Amino acid sequence: MKVRLTVNGQDRSDDVEPRLLLVHYLRQHLGLRAANVGCDTTSCGACTVLLNGKSVKSCTVLTVQASGQEVTTAEGLAPEGDLHPVQRAFRAEHGLQCGFCTPGMVMAATGLLAENPHPTEEEVRAGLEGNFCRCTGYHNIVRAVLTAAGTMSTGATTSTESAQ
Amino acid sequence: MSILGTRVLRTEDPGFLTRGGVYTDDVEDERLAGACHVFFVRSPVAHAVIRSVDVSAAREAPGVIAVFTGADLTGLPALPPPVPGMINDLMNQPLLARDVVRFVGEPVAMVVTQDPYQGEDAAELVDADYDLLPPVVDMSAATAADPIFPDAHTNVAASFGDADQFDPALFDGCETIVTRTIENQRVAPAPMETRAAAAAWGEDKDAGGRLTAWIPNQGAQGTRAVVASMLGIDPASVRIITPDVGGAFGAKFGADPEHGLVCWVARQLGRPARWAETRAENMVAMTHGRAQRQTITIGGRRDGTVLAYRLEILQDSGAYPKFGAILPSLTILMTPGPYSFPRAEAAAVSVLTNTTPVGAYRGAGRPEATAAVERAIDLFAAEIGMDPADVRRKNLLPAFTEPHTTAFGAVYDSGDYTTALDKALAAAGYQDLRDEQAKRRANGDVVQLGIGLASYVEITGSGSEAGRPQENATVEVHPDGSATILTGTSPHGQGHSTVWAMLASEELGIPVDKITVKWGDTDLIPQGGGTGGSRSLQQGGAAVQQASQELLEEARQRAAGELEANPADLVFDIGSSAFTVAGDPDASVPLARLAETERLVVRSVFSAPGATFPFGAHVAVVEVDTETGKAVLRRMVTVDDAGTLVNPLLAEGQRHGGIAQGAAQAFLEEVVYDADGNPLTTTFADYPFLSATEVPSFELADMATPTTYNPLGAKGIGEAGTIGATPAVQNAVVDAVSHLGVRHIDMPTSPQRVWRALREAAAPPAAGTAAPAAGTSESRDAQ
Repeated sequence: MKVRLTVNGQDRSDDVEPRLLLVHYLRQHLGLRAANVGCDTTSCGACTVLLNGKSVKSCTVLTVQASGQEVTTAEGLAPEGDLHPVQRAFRAEHGLQCGFCTPGMVMAATGLLAENPHPTEEEVRAGLEGNFCRCTGYHNIVRAVLTAAGTMSTGATTSTESAQ
Repeated sequence: MSILGTRVLRTEDPGFLTRGGVYTDDVEDERLAGACHVFFVRSPVAHAVIRSVDVSAAREAPGVIAVFTGADLTGLPALPPPVPGMINDLMNQPLLARDVVRFVGEPVAMVVTQDPYQGEDAAELVDADYDLLPPVVDMSAATAADPIFPDAHTNVAASFGDADQFDPALFDGCETIVTRTIENQRVAPAPMETRAAAAAWGEDKDAGGRLTAWIPNQGAQGTRAVVASMLGIDPASVRIITPDVGGAFGAKFGADPEHGLVCWVARQLGRPARWAETRAENMVAMTHGRAQRQTITIGGRRDGTVLAYRLEILQDSGAYPKFGAILPSLTILMTPGPYSFPRAEAAAVSVLTNTTPVGAYRGAGRPEATAAVERAIDLFAAEIGMDPADVRRKNLLPAFTEPHTTAFGAVYDSGDYTTALDKALAAAGYQDLRDEQAKRRANGDVVQLGIGLASYVEITGSGSEAGRPQENATVEVHPDGSATILTGTSPHGQGHSTVWAMLASEELGIPVDKITVKWGDTDLIPQGGGTGGSRSLQQGGAAVQQASQELLEEARQRAAGELEANPADLVFDIGSSAFTVAGDPDASVPLARLAETERLVVRSVFSAPGATFPFGAHVAVVEVDTETGKAVLRRMVTVDDAGTLVNPLLAEGQRHGGIAQGAAQAFLEEVVYDADGNPLTTTFADYPFLSATEVPSFELADMATPTTYNPLGAKGIGEAGTIGATPAVQNAVVDAVSHLGVRHIDMPTSPQRVWRALREAAAPPAAGTAAPAAGTSESRDAQ
């Protein structure tokens, strides 16, 4: 089936199998490998991307469903060589270790902050409930999201336009 | 100012945060061009004779290149046990099941296709016919059951000590004795990245050409040895490359049959092959952890003095004995933990069952020892009606700085367990918590407060049988002012790129961001012990420091020639990374320039005198709803003394992750099988993987007692969290309902288990009808 979509600001058109999952389209067809596959059951969130600015698990979206829409992955969050405030906060707070959940976690956090720019710790935890991390115990991930909320709202950091 | 001890942000992060890590499934390499994809067909039954495997329909499916069964693997020997001599060597695992399947998930056939989706489709068409055999599912049934390997005539894979030789007088003189059988349940390591492999053979494969294999692992050199052994080839013919590794937790040491088979497929078909398993496969075919049933007996005086302790272990090894079969040896080594019990003894038997094989999981044998003794202390405290903190204080070893040898042969390098406990109690506000608990109890509140303690000491960086613990590092300074470090350790989230660079920067004055750290390529780094057992900093980091210092001495000689000065008169200025002649600041040469005419490179091996023994104390605070049985973790306060910290930011990260995994075992996680050996927890929808909503932020208190066993003063920190947190949380849940008569609740302390324990405490079952899940308990006054 023919699909046309915008991925990280670039127009893409392809002929894909109807059953092709968005995460596999991104990884195998476009070579965008930040989004990972960590489970088979839409549980872990390692594949999270933004679809029209809202976080979705790309293992549970068919590529054909994303046709005509805008997809943002961790690769497209900031210009090459720069970090988005959420990415910068993850680094500053040591919010990643092995990195496997990280792109998905960053996209989920970005989606969360778009909906709720000033979350409490409890709201951050609830907002990330669908994204699993085995390394950090979530402690520094939560710190990172709260830090990012602070910098994004005050504009203290030179904020990169995210492609939402 | 020294960079050591500062919170340097990780140099690895920008890549992980933007393009993502390059894990095995992400590797793009021309050697892998045109790779086929392997998909495994796995046994759906726990124990059966394979009557036939019909692959004809699968062979006709779209995109199928080949289908292989065990019958095709001529010339590939079964995988030998990882520790010859300790494990019964009649219990080897064939790479693909041949005549019998022994657990759900065991590989039975391989489907090789052009693209990965086709493999999943074609695997459905493989038609295997099984004649069911009775499965051994519960480990307690294993010794009496028919042997899973008939030729072995036993289901005992290994044993350690002999319970029949236990001292009948061990508990003489005790006023109170408590005994109980408790579960240290089977859990899944569940790294976020599942297992994977990519393999390519060189052009000269007919002439015995070389294999290049990309495999997520914890030590490429060990992985190379196992892969070579599976293929029956010389390790020199194998190059292992380690891509980024998405978590391992002990379960990615060495290599599994699937890794060897992917390499075999590539050789057989003459084209590169790749494999990435699904989560459902990972949950049944990656090794599991823990899986001990322990009988603990503790006795002492009513003033709180413990006089004797006994630990009897039944270890479930799963269907094929792997590292799990020898885990009890580590548990036994740490039997008395941080306590000065006058008398203690332990023994263990490792048995086979028709379940997923058991291997190492974060802590690997030591969390099981701590869980046992910490539950024992609490059971004893409850029996004599004494505060568990006071019982611990009364029995902890006094602080020592000279090595202390235990009755089990462990040589603790240094320790101050009482201070660790007191710091943790102070940070938690222990007395206030007890007051709040008393208030809720007096009010009869539905939601009760529980406070759980755990004191621990663990062993990190233990040596191999080959000798003293050691690790190598190579440091090279380049003419452009950058540097490269080769290490025999193998990070998979720990941040060695940053910390190893800090250690070299401290000596050489080269900025951290100009230092590249490499690992996991066996052609580049033929030797190395990998990362596990919390060994990396204290051995691999110490080797980097040592190599850097030796490199500086070599450079000093060169600088002396360059500057026509006596080497002893040269001063190395860290700030400018240059040698200067003392008293003549104009006579100076940069370190980098000394690498211009001849490579400036040093390889060094650091040897430690022995293992180190980090220690600490954890306090868990839980709320338990006495109507629903639901326990919620409210606070975790920990002291984890791992000696001197090189990067506190990363050390805290290790503690956070370990605490969360430990807590998750205590109240959430469990691999469950039904009576037929069918796993019931094969997805993240069924296995209760910890989420962000189920833990609080953690409260870490500082304590750092340097060890003398390495110049960094560092002990291991990777596993501390799992060791302390698990019993602290379990003890807290029991403590929340102890005033209602509950003495023990097995892990995970699920609402169902808590609720049942409360019901049984309120109306004790009639004699002879005790629920087996609650274990057996007996206490008596001896006098």
